Amino acid sequence: MPMPGGDSKGSGRSRAGAIGRPHPPASAELAVRIAGKSYLDAAGQRHEVLGEVRFEATPGEVLALLAPSGMGKTTILRIVLGLEQDFEGEVRLPGGRLGVMFQEPRLLPWLTVGANLRLIAGDEAAEISPLLAEVGLAGTEALHPKALSLGMARRVALVRALLGRPAVLVLDEPFASLDPKSAAGLSQMISRAAHQEGAMVLLSTHNLDPVLGCADRVLVLAGKPARLAADWPTGTRAAPANGMAGRVLKQRLLNQFPFLGAEPAEEAP
Amino acid sequence: MIPPAARLRLLSLAAFLGLWWGAALLAAKPSLLPAPPAVLGFVWRSCLSGVMPWNIGITCLRVIAAFATSMLVGSAVGYLAGRSPRADTLIDPWLVILLNLPVLVVIVLCYIWVGLNDVAAVLAVALVKMPTVMVTLREGARALDPAFDELASVYRLAWRQRARRIIVPQLAPYLAAAGRSGLSITWKIVLVVELLGRPNGVGFALDELFQTFDVAGILAYGFAFAALMLLVESLLLRPWERHANAWRR
Repeated sequence: MPMPGGDSKGSGRSRAGAIGRPHPPASAELAVRIAGKSYLDAAGQRHEVLGEVRFEATPGEVLALLAPSGMGKTTILRIVLGLEQDFEGEVRLPGGRLGVMFQEPRLLPWLTVGANLRLIAGDEAAEISPLLAEVGLAGTEALHPKALSLGMARRVALVRALLGRPAVLVLDEPFASLDPKSAAGLSQMISRAAHQEGAMVLLSTHNLDPVLGCADRVLVLAGKPARLAADWPTGTRAAPANGMAGRVLKQRLLNQFPFLGAEPAEEAP
Repeated sequence: MIPPAARLRLLSLAAFLGLWWGAALLAAKPSLLPAPPAVLGFVWRSCLSGVMPWNIGITCLRVIAAFATSMLVGSAVGYLAGRSPRADTLIDPWLVILLNLPVLVVIVLCYIWVGLNDVAAVLAVALVKMPTVMVTLREGARALDPAFDELASVYRLAWRQRARRIIVPQLAPYLAAAGRSGLSITWKIVLVVELLGRPNGVGFALDELFQTFDVAGILAYGFAFAALMLLVESLLLRPWERHANAWRR
């Protein structure tokens, strides 16, 4: 896998030193070992949601969790975040800040955009304005979330996740209902957070195209209960999204997992 | 210009005054049903002598003490019950007992057990009011959005920030509702408590006026105190409730 030569500018975190090393210290790694996840329904019937899902990630890596909707992608992310405690297995999360973008924006409606971000930013409040400007939301700090469109609110949630240079960035369907241009912009921001600033990124998507520009690995969920069926390097990071490597990877994925092609290309905004 | 709704309101109020005045004239028994000027005269005289402001002041202090106690304790217990099913199961029987115990029983028992003093008076009122605060805040705590709890947990917010920025804003509408209904219940019960066992306050004054069948005095105290409480409600509690609900609109 190609590793960029760029350094992590002045963040001073220990993970910064791990970039580019083949074997970073174990404490800096994300290790997910899920043996299974099930739940009891109201009738007392046990439903298996997840089978075996094991993977690791090192700082500076972008992992795209690929599966059709309803396959348990969000459940895996919730387990990684520690929001789902009832499962078999264990998750080791590296230290440092956690940045999260839920599927819905989850902004506090009683606080302004600025106050929502300052609540999370702590000492890094100076990052708020430049990041907002970068996602095209300069000057919205005094607005309340209800004054924003869903797309704008999702971008605020992205800014919130990126604040303070997170060590781990978890994004649930960040590309849903984005037009190709916004998707490319988001892909660039994710790439910078990981490949330049050293975050490890775990994102879920049901559509491969938008992540080709930033993902280092694709993890495919398949089967019932869903288990990890593939963990492939993409080799597409530096390449154009519709380049050769991307097309080859896509064809390989479709050959092995035809159900990925059945997914609608993009949800309507 | 006065808006139409306000004009209608004033008209209705004027009709009430007119009806009262007319009935007083018809009855022609000022000792039983005095006309508005007689009541106003009583208010004026006892304000000049300082007796009415003194009694109203003392009653207000008791209202504030009982109101604050019931809101603080009721909110804390109600929040706990709303957050933890086990706490709810433990608290619920107590709640049912308190809600169904006659007010008079609570007051009399407080006076007997604690003594004929202000602590007993305030405690009795607070105990009567507390269960409804608990029920309201329990609803509020149950309605807390778990999505925001998750947000606080993944971003590792300190408990102070959680309380101030996430919990309290969601509970504010319930606190405001409990507070508004709480005040109107509290001041009415405080008068009963005073009548039964305090040597001062509006309730005590009403008792004295009752002994002498001074209807003008009773009406004067009743209207003056009610006016004061309405003022507090419309100038303090209602604006606060509007503010607490602002983000929902």
